[in-house]
Amino acid sequence: MNIEKKTMRDVFIEEIYKRMFDDSSLFFLTADFGSPKLDRLRKDFSDRFINVGIAEQNLINIATGFALEGFTVYAYAIAPFLVMRAYEQIRNNLSLLSHTHEINVNIIGVGAGLSYDVSGPTHHSIEDISIIRTLPNIGIFSPSDWVLAERFVDYSIKNKKPKYIRFDGKPLPNIYRDGDALNIRDGFFELSKGEGLCIISTGYMTHTAIRVVQKLNSEGIHIGLIDIFLLKPVDENLLSEALNKYKYAITIEEAFINKGGLDSLIAGVLENKGLEIKLKRIGFKDAYVFDIGGRDFLHRLNGLDEGSIIKIVKDTIKET
Amino acid sequence: MQYLKDKALWVRRETLNIHRIAQETRLASSLSAVEIYVVLFYGGIIAFDPKNTRWENRDRFIISKGHGSISFYPILADLGYFAMDELKKVCKEGSFLGGIPDPIIPGYETVNGSLGHGIGVACGMALALKRKKRQERVFVLLGDGELYEGAVWEAVMFAGEHRLDNLILIIDNNKACMLDYCKNVIDLEPLNEKFRTFKWFVEIVDGHDISQVYISLKKLKEDTIEKPRLLIANTVKGKGVPRLETDPLSHIKNIPPEEIGRVIEELK
Repeated sequence: MNIEKKTMRDVFIEEIYKRMFDDSSLFFLTADFGSPKLDRLRKDFSDRFINVGIAEQNLINIATGFALEGFTVYAYAIAPFLVMRAYEQIRNNLSLLSHTHEINVNIIGVGAGLSYDVSGPTHHSIEDISIIRTLPNIGIFSPSDWVLAERFVDYSIKNKKPKYIRFDGKPLPNIYRDGDALNIRDGFFELSKGEGLCIISTGYMTHTAIRVVQKLNSEGIHIGLIDIFLLKPVDENLLSEALNKYKYAITIEEAFINKGGLDSLIAGVLENKGLEIKLKRIGFKDAYVFDIGGRDFLHRLNGLDEGSIIKIVKDTIKET
Repeated sequence: MQYLKDKALWVRRETLNIHRIAQETRLASSLSAVEIYVVLFYGGIIAFDPKNTRWENRDRFIISKGHGSISFYPILADLGYFAMDELKKVCKEGSFLGGIPDPIIPGYETVNGSLGHGIGVACGMALALKRKKRQERVFVLLGDGELYEGAVWEAVMFAGEHRLDNLILIIDNNKACMLDYCKNVIDLEPLNEKFRTFKWFVEIVDGHDISQVYISLKKLKEDTIEKPRLLIANTVKGKGVPRLETDPLSHIKNIPPEEIGRVIEELK
């Protein structure tokens, strides 16, 4: 399997399209948001494709109704609009109601982090992990590549709970290959085993983290890298076993830090498991990004670029 | 019809008894919808099975104005969804019957508030039932004040466009929200024209006239027109309790426990 750039949503939708031939319980709902790969699905399965219009609240409500009638539903829109405009619908009708009812609604938010870089802060999605993590009963899937996205389709059908799937909006190369011993339920994959320090990243930032690890390797500095793709539920035992050998952990996320995101998730695991690992957090501080420019530029401005991360890693190692 | 009228009187009495022990309950909002609940469940309009709340052949009933369904508790108990004794524990420690009903209560299909969610979920259920080629109906009860929620209109548009003729919306049009009469907040009238413009079939009745409510609901259930159906039930908030009927702030008014007995005696 070669390295190939693909958009997560396209791969995911293609896989759902294939499943729809044999699984009549699958419905695909959108709030007027498309994808080149969606055109075939809506043409060939017009009775199971519903465009509710630009109405994210109704998207979740309609999806809930279908799920209560036993269907597996995909509810698709731009990430920040979907999780924030429809937050109370997600809370009441998915999170809360799934306490007593089986509800398999898969919320697909496209545009995680700064995917929509030049569109500005209204279109950035740097709160979504925190605000969805706080809701009981909802899984969170934050893949770093399209191979994971493809693998998640099976999980999304079999795990009959509400889930939030945050996809990057840009085509990205695959990190994983078909043969990799990936298990979605594990929630993470150890991309590199190192000494002393481990980077823990999710989504787009895993691509940056891989480059950081490779660069440091070439300098003789060997650090670990864990890619977390299932932010909820988390297998704390498995994760703590992977982290146990390190003295330092650095979380990297295209999200606010100190507000309940990946960093808080790891801090919680370290505390719950009594691991004496010092934690550093890289992400956005308590301010929106109004600067205009491409993703790399915005990352440089906010300390999420390769150079800034390498500096933090080296400074941290010196502390030992 | 007399049977239904007697039931309505009994439901009002029991609702007041609940309010006596649970002053947190929204009494006025619950009293305006009594005849609607009674006709639906004792008038043979809705198919249900108290012993199997997930019975596939049941008509679905969503109460979107959950705060106004304390008067639904006695009906559920009377029909056998849970024991009558539970009515004595409303809002008490260990009870499953709270001031706002939760979906853990047998007989409630979904969450029942905050306001504005019920009709969208009902639309999803209605279209799902049509896709399954099933004949069951989805009934949903909204308060008129709830129509201020934008999400309601997203669903109203959706229902009209998809010709959800298995969806029956009932608006408990008691004409008051929390702080005032609706006409003094943002006038909702003409409601019927609004819905007709959105491709709905509309009936308007006196929501306390059992015969009218029965005939209209039966018609809305059986008519073959390919449109979602709306019953505007013109009601009085606090119906049966004169001091509430004339108070624009009735939503948040309680009847003190010591006065409940006298109010029950005066019920007609």
